[in-house]
Amino acid sequence: MDITTFTSNKRFQIWGISLLVVLAALATLPQWVGSYYVVLLTFILMYILITVSWTIFSGPTGYMSLASAAFFGVGVYTSAILFPMTGAVLPLPLIIVIAGIISFILGLLVGALTLRLKGIYFAIFTFGLVLLIQRFLLWFEMNITATRGRFVATLDNNYIYYVMLVIFVATLLTAYFIRRSRFGLALQSIGENEEAAAHIGINVTLVKVIIFAISAVFMGAAGAIMASKLIYIDPYIAFNPLLSFMPVLMAIFGGLGQFYGPIIGAAVFAYLQEFLKTEFPFAYMFTFGLVLVMVMVFMPSGLVGMIQRLLASLKEGPQEKSTPSWTLIFSFLFGILGGLVSWFIFRERRGARVHLKVGGVVTIIVIAFYLILLLLAYLGELRSGYFGI
Amino acid sequence: METVLDVVVAGLLLGGIFALISIGLSLQYGVARVLNVAHGEFIMIGAFVTWVLFEAGVNPLISLMIVGPGAFIIGFILYQAMFNYIRIKAPSLDAFEGNSILAAFGLLFVIQYIALIIWGSNIHGYTYLASPIHLGTVTVATNRLVTLGFTVVISVIFYIFLALTRLGKAIRAAAQDPATAGLMGVNIKRVLAICFGFGALMAGVAGVLLSMCYPINASMGLHYTIIAIVVVVLGGMGSIVGSFIGGFILGIVGSIVTYFDPGLSMVAYYLIFIILLLVRPKGIMGK
Repeated sequence: MDITTFTSNKRFQIWGISLLVVLAALATLPQWVGSYYVVLLTFILMYILITVSWTIFSGPTGYMSLASAAFFGVGVYTSAILFPMTGAVLPLPLIIVIAGIISFILGLLVGALTLRLKGIYFAIFTFGLVLLIQRFLLWFEMNITATRGRFVATLDNNYIYYVMLVIFVATLLTAYFIRRSRFGLALQSIGENEEAAAHIGINVTLVKVIIFAISAVFMGAAGAIMASKLIYIDPYIAFNPLLSFMPVLMAIFGGLGQFYGPIIGAAVFAYLQEFLKTEFPFAYMFTFGLVLVMVMVFMPSGLVGMIQRLLASLKEGPQEKSTPSWTLIFSFLFGILGGLVSWFIFRERRGARVHLKVGGVVTIIVIAFYLILLLLAYLGELRSGYFGI
Repeated sequence: METVLDVVVAGLLLGGIFALISIGLSLQYGVARVLNVAHGEFIMIGAFVTWVLFEAGVNPLISLMIVGPGAFIIGFILYQAMFNYIRIKAPSLDAFEGNSILAAFGLLFVIQYIALIIWGSNIHGYTYLASPIHLGTVTVATNRLVTLGFTVVISVIFYIFLALTRLGKAIRAAAQDPATAGLMGVNIKRVLAICFGFGALMAGVAGVLLSMCYPINASMGLHYTIIAIVVVVLGGMGSIVGSFIGGFILGIVGSIVTYFDPGLSMVAYYLIFIILLLVRPKGIMGK
């Protein structure tokens, strides 16, 4: 492929320049914001990175991989073993590379093992893998080494941030070029129809396994650097199943159709998550679950897809079929507004007891709102026949 | 010899619960096409409701009659209002399965959090029918035997229901091919919701039975969900008989491994699960 076909492309130039500006802003960020934001941004970058590398394989092929936590955890453990409290065994960049390589090998193994599995079986298998490794490590630590967890040497926040930024950029570039290359097209045709793809001469096995392993590399690398942010790790923390679901959710939240969909989704969602965790620690899990349900029910085509639909219907007037979902979208937004308003009301007087009350109030609002939604969905179904086959 | 018998009996008693949980999930996945990750939360809710009622002086066997229908209604409404909506919007069956797993995962959090608010994160338990029974050389607790009995009775009744009644036939048709079943006059939307409701009912009942034998806490759900998924894959997705047999197989394997090293029982489940997926993803009774 000739590089000039990219550089002379007008769209590529615009995107490239704006991306460079964003990158420059990100690179100089620690100079002019506090360390809280640096840490926050590190987390957000991590989520974007994991989501994007999840999308490299699972986006075009439609294979839902839930192995992200396994790759991430392998990275964390590599770093914990090679970079303990007592001092680094190897220089950090080397440790990150090693973590990436181990994840790559694990990805190759899993990819090769799961060749025959399709659809739901692939998802279950990869999820089982996370739990298998987690349980085995727990047993191993308890019975063989008689320890529980490990401590990792701490690093400067800015240092972690910059390392994460480097991995982040590498992930984005890889994802972009895989998407634009022959591999990307091959993956897409596998997603459309695997047998047809094999018939036109794509080495389906090779493409699937290699891309899956490549997508694992970045998760492992991210895990390796995040280990020194976590400081204390054990199998529950390193192989947290939540991390398997996060990238899937974030990618779908953003929208899988466009390259920037998962990035936007992950950025918005990761920020939302950190925000909820600090503002409503009690309601965090509940709200997270609710958002998950709402996203799946009301916007399966994602944030980007919803915005595109909104723009389209603004241009051409509302489509006939979308009437019931319009009511739902409005009540969805109304619910978010309600939550925000109650947050502003209670924000000033936040103490331990009030905090509990805030959680309670928000919870009640959200439950009531959701009940109304269920009712609406049910009524809409009864009235218009829109839901029926 | 006696230890072997002990281990096998313990495995059968454990397997009974596994079987009941898995039949519910098998119904939800095999017919309604929702791999309900929140299945264990229904078990947890069933167990907690029983515990609360027991504290108020209600016999757990009576709360069985309360929890079962209650869980059915909740499951039915959930499918009608939530999963059905996802199903209609999804472009393909694969997309629906993926989306519904994630929605179920959200449901898991919502239910678990509500339980945590109401009951806290402590471990609870009560004693009911804990007296030992001697069967030859083996000694078992009465409540475990009751559990096993209920499991077998419920499974058999449900199997007969599927085999002989009109609704049972509609459910089997929907499991084979929803679109064609719809063309034959089956109200497919309602049948799928009923199946989901039955799955929730089984989970609720299993929760009631579980709470008699084991301590309960608000975050116990996922553990049972995972066991149920393993059993469902072992028995063959959507096969009721397969899940029933698979539950007992896993129970016996679990009790054998526990005999040697309790810490490894979950590892053993996952290993069986992963090997099975590789060797025979369709399961023992799958078609």
